Amino acid sequence: MRVPTPATFSSGLASSRRTLRERLASINRRRPDETAWETLEEALLGADVGVETTMATLERLRSTAADQDIVDADELVQALADQMRAALDADRTLHATAPDREGATPVWLFVGVNGVGKTTTIGKVGARLSADGQLVVMAAADTFRAAAASQLQTWADRCGAALISGSSGADPSSVVHDAVSAAAARGADVVLADTAGRLQNRKNLMDELAKVRRVADREPGAVAETLLVIDATTGQNGLSQARAFAEATDVTGVVLTKLDGSAKGGIVFAIEAELGLPVKLVGLGEGPDDLVDFDAESYVNALLGVDADEQG
Amino acid sequence: MFDTLTERLSGTLRGLRGRGRMRPADVEEALAEIRLALLEADVNVAVVRRFVERVRERSVGGEVTASLTPGQQVTKIVNDELIDILGTSPLNVQFASKPPTVVLLAGLQGSGKTTAAAKLAQWCKSQGRNPLLVGADLQRPAAVEQLRTLARSIDVEVWSEPGDPVACAAGGLARARHAGRDVLIVDTAGRLAVDAELMTEVARISDVVEPHYTFLVVDSMVGQDAVATAEAFHATLEVDGIILTKLDGDARGGAALSVAEVVGRPVAFASVGEKIDDFEQFHPDRMASRILGMGDVMTLIEKAERVYEQEEAEAAAQRLVEGTFTLDDFVDQLRQLRKMGNLQSIVSMMPGVSDQVRNAEIDDDRITTAEAIVLSMTPAERVSPEIIDASRRARIAAGSGTSSAQVSNLLKQFTQMRKMMGGMMGLGSKRRPASRKAARKRPKGAGRAAGGSRTGGGGRATPKGTSRTGKPAGKPSVADIDWDALDLKLPGR
Ligand SMILES: Nc1nc2c(ncn2[C@@H]2O[C@H](COP(=O)(O)OP(=O)(O)OP(=O)(O)O)[C@@H](O)[C@H]2O)c(=O)[nH]1
Ligand SMILES: Nc1nc2c(ncn2[C@@H]2O[C@H](COP(=O)(O)OP(=O)(O)O)[C@@H](O)[C@H]2O)c(=O)[nH]1
Ligand SMILES: [Mg+2]
Ligand SMILES: [Mg+2]
Repeated sequence: MRVPTPATFSSGLASSRRTLRERLASINRRRPDETAWETLEEALLGADVGVETTMATLERLRSTAADQDIVDADELVQALADQMRAALDADRTLHATAPDREGATPVWLFVGVNGVGKTTTIGKVGARLSADGQLVVMAAADTFRAAAASQLQTWADRCGAALISGSSGADPSSVVHDAVSAAAARGADVVLADTAGRLQNRKNLMDELAKVRRVADREPGAVAETLLVIDATTGQNGLSQARAFAEATDVTGVVLTKLDGSAKGGIVFAIEAELGLPVKLVGLGEGPDDLVDFDAESYVNALLGVDADEQG
Repeated sequence: MFDTLTERLSGTLRGLRGRGRMRPADVEEALAEIRLALLEADVNVAVVRRFVERVRERSVGGEVTASLTPGQQVTKIVNDELIDILGTSPLNVQFASKPPTVVLLAGLQGSGKTTAAAKLAQWCKSQGRNPLLVGADLQRPAAVEQLRTLARSIDVEVWSEPGDPVACAAGGLARARHAGRDVLIVDTAGRLAVDAELMTEVARISDVVEPHYTFLVVDSMVGQDAVATAEAFHATLEVDGIILTKLDGDARGGAALSVAEVVGRPVAFASVGEKIDDFEQFHPDRMASRILGMGDVMTLIEKAERVYEQEEAEAAAQRLVEGTFTLDDFVDQLRQLRKMGNLQSIVSMMPGVSDQVRNAEIDDDRITTAEAIVLSMTPAERVSPEIIDASRRARIAAGSGTSSAQVSNLLKQFTQMRKMMGGMMGLGSKRRPASRKAARKRPKGAGRAAGGSRTGGGGRATPKGTSRTGKPAGKPSVADIDWDALDLKLPGR
């Protein structure tokens, strides 16, 4: 296992920033003309922000530009960054306990399509909470994928968390139930529940997930967070994922993973701005420390290739 | 909303009808629509730009043929171009004369390599081969155990050794030779294209096993980044083909186009589920239709080309575009459908048809019955079915040899369709503003696959196991009829 150096938000995004800066360089310090708008459009589309969100965003920017008589391309980019930051205004508090259920054992449920990074994120969150002195129990409720429990076991061992698992093919709800009971008995601070990846068009699997959530929310447990994991490389399908998982499980937040790659993860802008689902955490690598809180300002700057020190 | 490209193009190119040739200005508007359709399907912006340029070259000055509307014609050009890029013929794996045939799988984290490795092993077995799997992902926790579990279910041996993935792969090759395995499939750790260290590592793995085939495993949900990733992997490994995964989802899969365009190699296999058997040869024509958000429209258009008389084609297109729709049109559509041959196969090719309808039994008898009902109506009743009361209904039933209930069912379906059309017409004004014209520059160096004629289409509109959520709000057509609800079986059958 390679030991990755803990990433920071900006170091992970360095590569994305460079390419976008290059693309926007051509419109800097020039009067914004149609080419400038096209460059902006391609920058947003190229970051996976999506056709509809991009068009709507630029339409608003056009009226701002007209109102404020913006003539400088630099200012235009700044106005766009401001506007996008302002659109990312959801409350991203991570809830240690479920509201109104203070006595119950809090459960954080991780959901998402196949291969996005649910299990790894649990490993990272477990590392973070354990380092804070919390007693963590992990629930291996992915009973479908080959060796899913062993994968999570490795992560549990890394941070000293306890792992509750069932046999392969077992009912995931019962694994979660067992984990919550065990956690309550031990007085654990939190249960991190892994689930099998599933595509959102599989109705029976989405129903199964809804049941897992219901069971997790039953005494002695209470769901404090349901985190939808989205891979930064995801295209427009991310919106459909967010809608379907939110409907099935009452998603409370989004984790954006693999932002250490060349993908910009623009779909979460659409997810938060349009569906109001707050992005809470960002994954920046495969190591236990490669997890940071989402920060709208750095995210937008990175997405647009605007350097923080250039602002103001 | 205009969900299928044909509908979009029918709108933009309506003005073209009756003119001899497509003019640049007309084509430009259509190209803007094509651009949007491709972007919505996640095709990379740069790839879209090049693609649109090629379609422009092929469209401008093209003849407006009699049998196809200009919209259909441009759609056909788009579709042919798509299929050219995705690979006109399937990649046929040639087993090496000196075994083992070595296959290397590479790609991003979570793209589906390990699963694909096992599926490929199963596929090789089905070809009478004796494969060995190598678990060279020593990075992801329990990756080798995952591979072993999958391999056990198909009774295939796995080689792996802890430590260095390069040494592990070399050991696998030695093991295959020693044990007389004729195919070696190497699963590798997922890696990011920007991770220089890991990219070097996979290059070294490739150097020691010297693969006959290197497959890039790509998740069909990937968006714009597909290009950057494919470029890096291709530069490092010289990719021979693509395995497209998670096609059982509802992503449009534009990444397939982005990657194939960059790599210039065909998509070889499609992974369509989590089970070992959910694996098939890739069909470029189906993928093209999927990217465009259509059923297998091209096959439909080609049938139309052969069968429709020119006027009929025009009228049909016009009906689709404008949504004027009377019971006479309804019967016309039914007759034309019948002329086109097996109804079941035609309905299954239509875009936006629900699975329920797609799987419904539709036979000629039902059409004959529907036709008989409409023909028993007076001209006034056909134009304004609202006037049909109980006594008229009884008369029509008697005249057509059906029951009153069957008549009301048909009317109910028809009214529903007409209402949908009303909705469509209303939506027409809410169309997305046409975007800027696509840039005219055509960057060089697009490594496209060599062209060729496309192979005959047909078959399923969507990959196996796909149940696409919801039905796109397309123009209603007879394909929307819920035939079972119609209950048009002849009395006594
Ligand atoms: N570079 C990078 N890789 C990641 C990140 N998060 C997860 N991965 C990798 O992505 C792959 C899939 O991660 P998993 O955690 O197994 O994903 P999952 O959602 O649990 O997958 P399934 O259980 O198979 O649906 C693994 O190889 C992880 O190491 C990240 O933030 N950056
Ligand atoms: N639905 C679906 N899931 C798939 C498919 N291929 C792989 N997966 C799942 O995607 C996840 C990641 O796959 P894996 O083979 O471990 O990817 P790797 O990290 O590239 O080796 C696993 O949960 C697989 O079960 C597919 O075609 N459809
Ligand atoms: Mg997992
Ligand atoms: Mg793997």
